[in-house]
Amino acid sequence: MKDQKEYVKIDRDRNTFHVSRSAFVESDVFDQEYEKVFDKCWLYLGHESEVKKKGDFVTRTVAKRNIILTRDTKGNLNALLNTCPHRGATVCRESSGNSKNFQCFYHGWVFGCDGKLKNQPGKESYDTEFNDDGSSDLASVPRFDVYAGFCFISFDPDIIPLPEYLAGAREYLDLIASHSESGMGVVDGSQEYAIRANWKLLVENSIDGYHAVTTHASYLDYLMNTNGGLTDVALEGKSHDLGNGHAVLEYSAPWGRPIAQWVPLFGEEGKKEMQEIYGRLVELHGEDIAHRIANKNRNLLIFPNLVINDIMAVTVRTFYPSEPGYMVVNGWALAPNQETEWARKYRLYNFLEFLGPGGFATPDDVEALESCQTGYRNFKLVEWNDISKGMGLESPSYDDELQMRVFWSQWNNYMKAES
Amino acid sequence: MSKEFNRNEIEDLLFLEADLLDDWKLKEWLDLYTKDASYYVPSTDLPKDAKADDSLFYIADDRLRMEERVTRLMKKTAHSEYPRSKTRHLVSNVRIRSIDTDNDEAEVSAAVVTFRTKGGNTDPYIGSNYYRICRENGVLKIREKLCRLDLDGLRPHGRVSIIL
Ligand code: FES
Ligand SMILES: [Fe+2]
Repeated sequence: MKDQKEYVKIDRDRNTFHVSRSAFVESDVFDQEYEKVFDKCWLYLGHESEVKKKGDFVTRTVAKRNIILTRDTKGNLNALLNTCPHRGATVCRESSGNSKNFQCFYHGWVFGCDGKLKNQPGKESYDTEFNDDGSSDLASVPRFDVYAGFCFISFDPDIIPLPEYLAGAREYLDLIASHSESGMGVVDGSQEYAIRANWKLLVENSIDGYHAVTTHASYLDYLMNTNGGLTDVALEGKSHDLGNGHAVLEYSAPWGRPIAQWVPLFGEEGKKEMQEIYGRLVELHGEDIAHRIANKNRNLLIFPNLVINDIMAVTVRTFYPSEPGYMVVNGWALAPNQETEWARKYRLYNFLEFLGPGGFATPDDVEALESCQTGYRNFKLVEWNDISKGMGLESPSYDDELQMRVFWSQWNNYMKAES
Repeated sequence: MSKEFNRNEIEDLLFLEADLLDDWKLKEWLDLYTKDASYYVPSTDLPKDAKADDSLFYIADDRLRMEERVTRLMKKTAHSEYPRSKTRHLVSNVRIRSIDTDNDEAEVSAAVVTFRTKGGNTDPYIGSNYYRICRENGVLKIREKLCRLDLDGLRPHGRVSIIL
């Protein structure tokens, strides 16, 4: 094995943690990340609510692979590789829909929504035992599992089971699933965008409690201006290492939350509504959990690239690099399957105020990430990023940088592993 | 019906809007809108009849938030737009689609391309705008603007930090 370059430099005596900027720009890091990180992890595919009915499907690109997520006629979920076993054409070319069969348009092979080959034009020219071994069915992704409604896949057949992989993050996925007894579902409409920056910058940014006051100064001004958009709740909380590279910050904040922190902007109708939601949470989960669900914000990272932020609304976001300095992002809103029209409307209103490429905050995050990537042109002269904040502390605050250190330590482990 | 609204004056309004936006005269831009106005940019994978009340858009502003959007964009702390990007709003194929005489309101569509240039990149926002335009004390005002992008998402744009 050739000499390995150190991308992460930790000095426990001086409580410093440094990451090499070359990790954001070098093309061999980019190549290795697919092999050593994405192909060795559990990756988010979609939410089971996106394929509610038998025959429902969505197509996705996950770590460069084209995947179809289907619910077959027996009600089972399948993650299929979207390439024809015959000669390779993309079998399903729609982004979502409902269909019992998929027909490859190239030569017309027909597959059931469970991936099984059902028919071929000119079947009589094939051996009678032609597909007895199933090798001409649509291939399944090596590993597929669902936790709390979130569907994950892995391209590593030997990976540890999903629940074990999720480690301490399970508790936080359970909390999301507990927002409503009707379950949680993805709202129609996805925010698909790109950032001209390395994907790991968005990992850091999605769980960065340190940048809000300066990067989002204009958003905080807006909250202050809009006739009582804020409560008097302080911004404070902790960050936690959840194991296996996952991390969370959990904190209180002055903004409104659709479940269920009222702010004057929600109006009197909203106040009543939110009291009811809160009351139901207490009935279901008791006062402590109800308070936590309603009044705490959580920015959760599931290693390597799934972010579930339960803040002004609940957003699910995942992203992949197509080159070191460019990433493709997909974001969704998650909401209770059953909530009143008022609640849905205000949830989305609150979502768009902060989140997404048209919000009052995300564009400035995009700008920050792109400006970092531009700065990394100097990576040979100014080599190290500093993420030491809160390192000597026993219990780091939400605005320390523990979460990033958790991510980078795990990233480093994967990159150093022999493949 | 063409007595109430004619395409020339509507085009004048839309061309004025484009100019104001390109000149970053955003307060003046707001004056083209009614007090109950709204401004929408739906996500690109939504069906045409999707509503912001139950589907996820990129932007769904009521008048209050349009004003706050302008206030924010005029600040130096709106980092995405400071230093300001250069924009060029091109408006074409303007059509009056229908007229609602009861409400003195016209439904108008236009094909649009808006270029945003910043930091060495120029990104085109291609699509069609749908307007509801009314007359207030004899002056044409916009009551609603919806920008439907003909894109597969905001790639490579990454944001709609300008007003489309
Ligand atoms: S490639 Fe699909 S049927 Fe031939
Ligand atoms: Fe941010």
